[in-house]
Amino acid sequence: MSILEYNGAAIIGMAGKNCVGIASDNRLGAQIQTVATDFKKVFSMDDKLYVGLAGLASDVQTMHNLLKFRQNLYELREERSVSPKVFSNLLSSLLYEKRFGPYFIEPVVAGLDEKNEPFLSAMDLIGAPSYHEDFVVSGTATANMLGMCETLYKPDMEPEELFETLSQALLASVDRDSLSGWGAVVHIVTKDGVITRELKGRQD
Amino acid sequence: MADSVFGIEFDGGVIIAADQTNARSILTYQSNLDKVVQLSSHSAMGVAGPNSDLVNFSEYISKNFALYQLSNDGIQLSTAAQANFCRNELAAALRKGPYQVNILLGGYDKKTSSGSLYWMDYLAALTKLKYGAQGYASNFCLSIMDRDYKEGLTQDEAVQIVEKCIQELKVRFLLNQSNFLIKVIDKDGVRVVKFGADPADN
Repeated sequence: MSILEYNGAAIIGMAGKNCVGIASDNRLGAQIQTVATDFKKVFSMDDKLYVGLAGLASDVQTMHNLLKFRQNLYELREERSVSPKVFSNLLSSLLYEKRFGPYFIEPVVAGLDEKNEPFLSAMDLIGAPSYHEDFVVSGTATANMLGMCETLYKPDMEPEELFETLSQALLASVDRDSLSGWGAVVHIVTKDGVITRELKGRQD
Repeated sequence: MADSVFGIEFDGGVIIAADQTNARSILTYQSNLDKVVQLSSHSAMGVAGPNSDLVNFSEYISKNFALYQLSNDGIQLSTAAQANFCRNELAAALRKGPYQVNILLGGYDKKTSSGSLYWMDYLAALTKLKYGAQGYASNFCLSIMDRDYKEGLTQDEAVQIVEKCIQELKVRFLLNQSNFLIKVIDKDGVRVVKFGADPADN
């Protein structure tokens, strides 16, 4: 089994009208056994900058610490907040540094830029980025999530509708994946703040 | 995988239990090994894995905690801080020379007057749990704990659940683990509740 599929994860980032949403499942597993049902994979780096890390749980936690460290260094030196696209680039560089011994994570960056326009990016484990205006996915149920997002997505959704779309896309996807699920956490980021909601889905 | 370690949080502390078998291949070297190693006055970790890594990792960690106390005027690290320190050490060693230890770290914090239990595998994935198990024991014991655990257990109730788990292993687990050692961590520190064989015996 691939090391990227050892712990299980499902993450979606989706853009709306002047808002962005990012959601993940809650499961931490050791192959088929479930160890925890409250394992956070989406982290708030700033009010308007969120990063979701799918893959090996240990590297998710290591990378979260590393990103916080590097973000702090940036903000100390630059005396300003790091923007989503710069953060995404930083993450990409950190991953490529380990090109021949990588971190086993596939991250998703979701945020609002200086003009409060949505920013989304996704990367593979060695930092190859892709930028999308609509949605990005990562984890063990990517095929499911891509199908759900492609079907349910429409541009310029308001925050409430974005929440519904994002939630339905994630929940339906993880229900067909044994390695992800056990509920979800959805963050909807607007210029006025973030609303975080916990979803209770199938608890299996 | 063959080592059985499990732990459960109760109101005012944590119980950690482990089997006492030290074996390799077809030979049992020892049947009174203490795998629940004390880290500080109010914390301990149950360790599953090769004896070499068990000893090296646990001594390294506990000595670092002792050093912290000496260097910082007697301040003790919180259980969460201890768990995260362990995680960082495991993660750093992972791509150099990994410690093959799966641990359950339990501790009591005076600040919150409660215990906390942390599950960590050899890959350095860390999660806080109400109850957990490491090794093949998890296949047998997690369901029992899922059923019987409730918030606000007393120490006796928690020990009863642990005894149930031990009994299940004795009946259904292929490997014969006749001796188990149960420790409690609460406001009074770390102490042995019960053992199958006295670790102090020769």
